[in-house]
Amino acid sequence: MYAQMVKSEAAQDDPEKLAAFQARIDAGEKIEPKDWMPAAYRKTLIRQIGQHAHSEIVGQLPEGNWITRAPTLERKAILLAKVQDEAGHGLYLYCAAETLGVSRDELTEMLLDGRMKYSSIFNYPTLNWSDIGAVGWLVDGAAIINQVPLQRTSFGPYSRAMIRVCKEESFHARQGFDAIRKMAEGTPEQKKMAQDSVNRLWFPALMMFGPSDKESVHSEQSMAWKIKMNTNDELRQKFVDQTVPQIEFLGLDLPDPGIKWNEERGHYDYTDPDWSEFFDVIKGNGPCNTDRLAARNKAWDDGAWVRDGLMAHAKKKAAASVAAE
Amino acid sequence: MKNEWPLWEVFIRGQHGMSHRHVGSLHAPDAEMAIKNARDVYTRRNEGLSIWVVEANHIAASSPSDKGPLYEPSESKVYRHPTFFDIPDEVGAM
Repeated sequence: MYAQMVKSEAAQDDPEKLAAFQARIDAGEKIEPKDWMPAAYRKTLIRQIGQHAHSEIVGQLPEGNWITRAPTLERKAILLAKVQDEAGHGLYLYCAAETLGVSRDELTEMLLDGRMKYSSIFNYPTLNWSDIGAVGWLVDGAAIINQVPLQRTSFGPYSRAMIRVCKEESFHARQGFDAIRKMAEGTPEQKKMAQDSVNRLWFPALMMFGPSDKESVHSEQSMAWKIKMNTNDELRQKFVDQTVPQIEFLGLDLPDPGIKWNEERGHYDYTDPDWSEFFDVIKGNGPCNTDRLAARNKAWDDGAWVRDGLMAHAKKKAAASVAAE
Repeated sequence: MKNEWPLWEVFIRGQHGMSHRHVGSLHAPDAEMAIKNARDVYTRRNEGLSIWVVEANHIAASSPSDKGPLYEPSESKVYRHPTFFDIPDEVGAM
């Protein structure tokens, strides 16, 4: 979802090996790191899992921004726990990517110099406390819809990371809904803030699922390999159908006049987001792209002496214990 | 660069667990930090009472492609299971 527009690679391996590999996937077997896999499968997965991991880490920035300004001690403790979970989710995913033969530092460097992406949603700002509620509810809600099917993905370590993430994720969506509900049921000013958050974040949340199926060119191979389980539009529709009644429960206006129940389809109709905005954000021109990457680069650079110092200390201690033996 | 912290595999025994189970991995400069990080990453919801960490390059593992030679010999030995033997009811519990 967190992995958007992951470029898939064309398979260029021995056709017999490819067919045997496909048969394993079709039979529902998990592919494990030591198994033979097509180079394109490996490369696409590194890209997708890496992007997913980066999103968890960069996703801490818009929320971390409000930890010190949470309205109550309880909300602060909850948000702190939520943001800590995101660090954990990033770590589970980095570990899964590492089993494919890429190192943690390589992945980090590719994020920092822009060779790898993270989800477009985190390039939008969180302007006030109500946005924090909306992010938990809508953004984590969208993430859950994407991640639940990925628990069945063909690559074992990715699947197991998703199972672990999904177990923890519904806390995130619920705490967000609870926070924005408090606003929606509060004073007229608070309700207005809640409405404004939903209005601003609705379309960026829809964009999280990636471009419409008509434009999504990378799906077919990834779906055959069970790296991708559903099309972008299927997941987006699921999100709309699930979220519209929740907006109505909160007593807020729908953020899109195009939202209408379609009896025939059994789904809500909705307006597509402005895809030119989406592609622009992906290219680096969203409201916060520069800030987010600068913050990650600063954290990495400022932490270098700690990483090096701890490693030097560990080596010194190890050498001393060998000498003592 | 390339002073990357080594990878550690983390094993946790839960409240009612009989044995330590592999839960994932993480990077840390040494065992002490690996345990502290494992506490933060893998026991945020009371998952465990005991943590083991092992540097990943110290683990030797069987290969998935050896499945046949490794495990087939045990498939033909049904008599290793107690249900293979018929014990008359009148003998009672055994």
